[in-house]
Amino acid sequence: MAQDDHSGTELAAADSSHAEHDFAGSTGTAVIPHDAFENPGFEPHRPRVTDEDTGREKRAQRTVYTLFYLSILGSVWAIAAYMLFPIESNDVGAVRLNNMFIGLGATLALLGIGFGAVHWAKSLMTSDEAIDIRHPIGGSEATQQGAVEVFRVADEESGFSRRTVIRNSLIGALLVFPLPAVVLFRGLAPQDQIPVELLSHTMWAKGTRLTLDPSGAPIRAADVTIGSAFHVIPEGLVDLEHGRLEEKAKAAVLLMRLDPSELNQAPDRESWSYDGIVAYSKICTHVGCPVALYEQHTHHLLCPCHQSQFDVANHCEVIFGPAKRPLPQLPIAVDDEGYLIAQSDFTEPVGPSFWERH
Amino acid sequence: MSTATTRSTAPAKRSFTAGASEYLNDRTGIAVAIKGLGRKAFPDHWSFLLGEVALFSFIVVLVSGTFLTFFFQASMAEVHYDGSYVPLKGVEMSVAMASTLDISFDIRGGLFVRQMHHWAALLFVAAIGLHMLRVFFTGAFRKPREINWVFGFTLFILAMAEGFTGYSLPDDLLSGNGLRIIDGMVKGIPLIGTWTSFLIFGGEFPGTEIVGRLYTLHILLLPALVVALIAVHVGYVFIHKHTQFAGPGREPTNSVGPPILPIYAAKAGGFVFLIWGVIALIAALFTINPIWNYGPYDPSPVSAGTQPDWYIGFADGALRLIPPGWEFVWLDRTWSFNILVPLIGIGVFIVLVLIYPFIEAWIKGDKREHHIADRPRNAPTRTAIGAAGVTFYAGLWAAASSDILATHFSLTMEGVIHALQAVVIIGPFIAYFVTKRVCLALQKKDREIVLHGYESGRIVKLPGGEFIEVHQPLDEYERWRLVSFESYQPLMIRPNARGKITTGQRVRAWFSRWFFEDRIAPVTKGELESGHDGHH
Amino acid sequence: MTRTKRRAGRRHPLATVALLALGLVFTGGAYAALSSGTVAQAEVDPNSQQTIEEGKKLFQANCATCHGLEAQGTANGPSLIGVGAASVDFQVGTGRMPMQMQGPQAQEKPVQFTDDQVKQLAYFVASLGPGPDIPADHLVNGGGDAANGAELFRINCAMCHNVAGAGGALTEGKFAPALTDVSGVHIYEAMVTGPQNMPVFNDLNISPEDKRDVITYLKYLQDNRSPGGFELGSLGPVAEGLFIWIFGLGSIVAITVWITAKSN
Repeated sequence: MAQDDHSGTELAAADSSHAEHDFAGSTGTAVIPHDAFENPGFEPHRPRVTDEDTGREKRAQRTVYTLFYLSILGSVWAIAAYMLFPIESNDVGAVRLNNMFIGLGATLALLGIGFGAVHWAKSLMTSDEAIDIRHPIGGSEATQQGAVEVFRVADEESGFSRRTVIRNSLIGALLVFPLPAVVLFRGLAPQDQIPVELLSHTMWAKGTRLTLDPSGAPIRAADVTIGSAFHVIPEGLVDLEHGRLEEKAKAAVLLMRLDPSELNQAPDRESWSYDGIVAYSKICTHVGCPVALYEQHTHHLLCPCHQSQFDVANHCEVIFGPAKRPLPQLPIAVDDEGYLIAQSDFTEPVGPSFWERH
Repeated sequence: MSTATTRSTAPAKRSFTAGASEYLNDRTGIAVAIKGLGRKAFPDHWSFLLGEVALFSFIVVLVSGTFLTFFFQASMAEVHYDGSYVPLKGVEMSVAMASTLDISFDIRGGLFVRQMHHWAALLFVAAIGLHMLRVFFTGAFRKPREINWVFGFTLFILAMAEGFTGYSLPDDLLSGNGLRIIDGMVKGIPLIGTWTSFLIFGGEFPGTEIVGRLYTLHILLLPALVVALIAVHVGYVFIHKHTQFAGPGREPTNSVGPPILPIYAAKAGGFVFLIWGVIALIAALFTINPIWNYGPYDPSPVSAGTQPDWYIGFADGALRLIPPGWEFVWLDRTWSFNILVPLIGIGVFIVLVLIYPFIEAWIKGDKREHHIADRPRNAPTRTAIGAAGVTFYAGLWAAASSDILATHFSLTMEGVIHALQAVVIIGPFIAYFVTKRVCLALQKKDREIVLHGYESGRIVKLPGGEFIEVHQPLDEYERWRLVSFESYQPLMIRPNARGKITTGQRVRAWFSRWFFEDRIAPVTKGELESGHDGHH
Repeated sequence: MTRTKRRAGRRHPLATVALLALGLVFTGGAYAALSSGTVAQAEVDPNSQQTIEEGKKLFQANCATCHGLEAQGTANGPSLIGVGAASVDFQVGTGRMPMQMQGPQAQEKPVQFTDDQVKQLAYFVASLGPGPDIPADHLVNGGGDAANGAELFRINCAMCHNVAGAGGALTEGKFAPALTDVSGVHIYEAMVTGPQNMPVFNDLNISPEDKRDVITYLKYLQDNRSPGGFELGSLGPVAEGLFIWIFGLGSIVAITVWITAKSN
């Protein structure tokens, strides 16, 4: 390989002065000129003012111990602040003072030590530099040979290379033994559930009333004036004993009323809305943030997480951002008492896309 | 009597430290280590302290985090909050959220420790980032340090994981929506996504398991890995000894700087306290993650300006930059390229950063140990690649705040997104080109200075009537700083022993040409002499 | 601005500063005197014919160009029949109307009218058709339940206005403004009228008592600074990240430079 690299005529074998600097190994495509400059060696040592002027030295000394005393003061202050600024009074202002004064005390305690120690090192400790000699990381030739020999003997004595059947069966066993541990991780989720089924259904069903988030009060169609946006959950969600957040994470809906003339509805979905009132899933089809930034004049719905934009007037199709699918629409109707109800569950899985979705 | 007493106590009058150290050494043999390490030299440069910033802020994270575990309860059981914060009184929330609020409002100094923990965590990751940039731009990842680069980069990834798991623990609205995004991203992974999400959350999102699981990762598994890797990483710094910049007396075979005892120890020891002090000051005066504003997690609300902590920002930004429609149903399955492309893009970026030292070593074919740090200008292509990488990352990162950029600079968010799409795709090329040209220009300037000296600003009229500016020549120490680097030249393709040119050889030659086509060599003695003859 | 420059040319620069300060003190004083004066005056009577006449005059002079002489609307501005007094009080009382120029949305500006004139305009428009009225004082003084208000705020408002009311971006250059210094009356009016692109939150969606609670929460945020210290604009992790990079790491880098610099 090395001979490939040295191609230019200006190159020559590294000269002697470099040879002793560069540790063993090919120089690759590095260019090493004949007449490179040589290291001039260390600059003359320059004394500091504190080395020459005892007055300055005394002052530096004073600064250092003053800083250390200030640090003690800071620690005492922090302890005092703990007692002097209690936070028992339900008062945010008290927490603010407690946090600030304990913090400032600790700051003084820490910075005092820090600035003191560094100042001591910089101005009073000897400023001479030490020189450490580097040795090749790989160690000497003899050491490397020694290590190789150890391995050779170990191999010889164990027969690791010779007894191939033993070796290979061991490798096989080592590969297989962690598998039971992997299987155990199935237990991270309930054994009796299949995610795809769960993702395909929500709490909405035929006749479920649309109710207000968070109170659970049912909503009359007449309540929803043009330009309104209602944050909706299915009836009964607030009373769920278990799985309330899981159901809400799928069933949250945004209810809006537009001027019916501004709604462009597909013929097969005309019956899904009621007099300009439409209900769409609030869960973004991108990665699942709640999409609820509704602009009543442009009819845009914006997701604050990744800026996907949906056009409510056109079945919430995507007009900007990384989402692909429109927000699923909840078909709604009005019951005998004038309350809004769902005609059925969503007709497709809500929320982010997943592999088995089609 | 008195003389006898003096005589008998004389040996005992040895200083306490001498006695104590003898006692310790007789039982630990520590003298060997102290003798070996105590006078080691640690090269002095401000940028060599950045790794320590990360280390010392990690200590704050560890200590403050331990304090927090005494009060935090990683449970998602629902309770009604009855602590001190008025606007949340009676609100239903998880125990995790309630206990975090109690730490903030009902335990004296609790908020201070919480804020220190979070600020120190942000600083930890930021310091690692800056430290990595320093190592990259000075070529400090070259042999023998390639593997330590890999350890260090793994630490960066682990630190991000630590950060994200910690961010999610309070179970507030912000972190809950963050987990929602993770859930959505995981679900978008082909084949395994749906089940993986199901297993992570212990059922359907959000479930009642995730906080407890993240807590185990956050306080047990990840810290153990981080501590172990830090030990290895720092251990290698001792084995390799630190790199140093070229300078008079600095050789590849030595390491020059203040000795560990006492100066370096005092400086680094003081530095520990300075960093802790800065973190304490920030925690005392600046709010971080006000979960009391966000409220408990609920899948229905969300806050404008929902973002992850800064180090996850680039991933969030990558998600935002995907144009509409990158999702297809094919073979009856959903292919979410709007999620896969960011994931793969980030994955490729991470792998490239991880293996960069090996790529550069392969191109150069240089098998020597390198202990002299490069000045960034003396490795123009590497510096330009670094600048391109930084631009790419910064573009993604900025995209994570596209909405805030829009409101604060009176722009449209669509415009911001489109501009950042351009930055991420075209920006790296521009950054590469500009940086490379700047590096070459600086190298040329260095050559000029070595050959002709500094411009003194003094104009002299020569006897012949000609005006010239007097140049001040360099002393040999300054000159050495400017000429002590090596340049590399493009690889010439040669047939191998069997007379064939392998594909690997061709690829390497192509890369080598790309790297070293434009090169500026250091001034040699001969050039300096002839240069002087030629000019004056 | 230009006057400042000219003066600076002729006189000692400090003279300008002194003059400006003096001017500010006077205007401030005059403003304080005036505003206390308005409070002392009798309230504008919503039903009196005189109020409506005054309002009509103001309307025709300042608003009719866009909204039409009879407030019936034109190509440049919507009809105001039925928008109610609340809408006018909000739009004019926050300086959004009269609009300076067409843009993605009307911007807040210094209010162009006195409080009385705003009310006269409002009641004139209210007389054209029924609509939401200016809320009663007990609904907007912040005496409700902050916890209930906070929950409603998170569900109905935070996605646009941010959980801390710091504001947020909308599509195509529009934005939801910060609520950190908006008065209770204007918050209430915004909810009932849905100005610009904000949806309407009528009393059947968020009841008047619930609206009072939302205002109570926002007033709590306005009156109580964050216990943790400076809020950094309440913008969340973006502001925190920028802060730690620029100020946190910046100050630490300065320290590293000091530590490794050669001492004199």
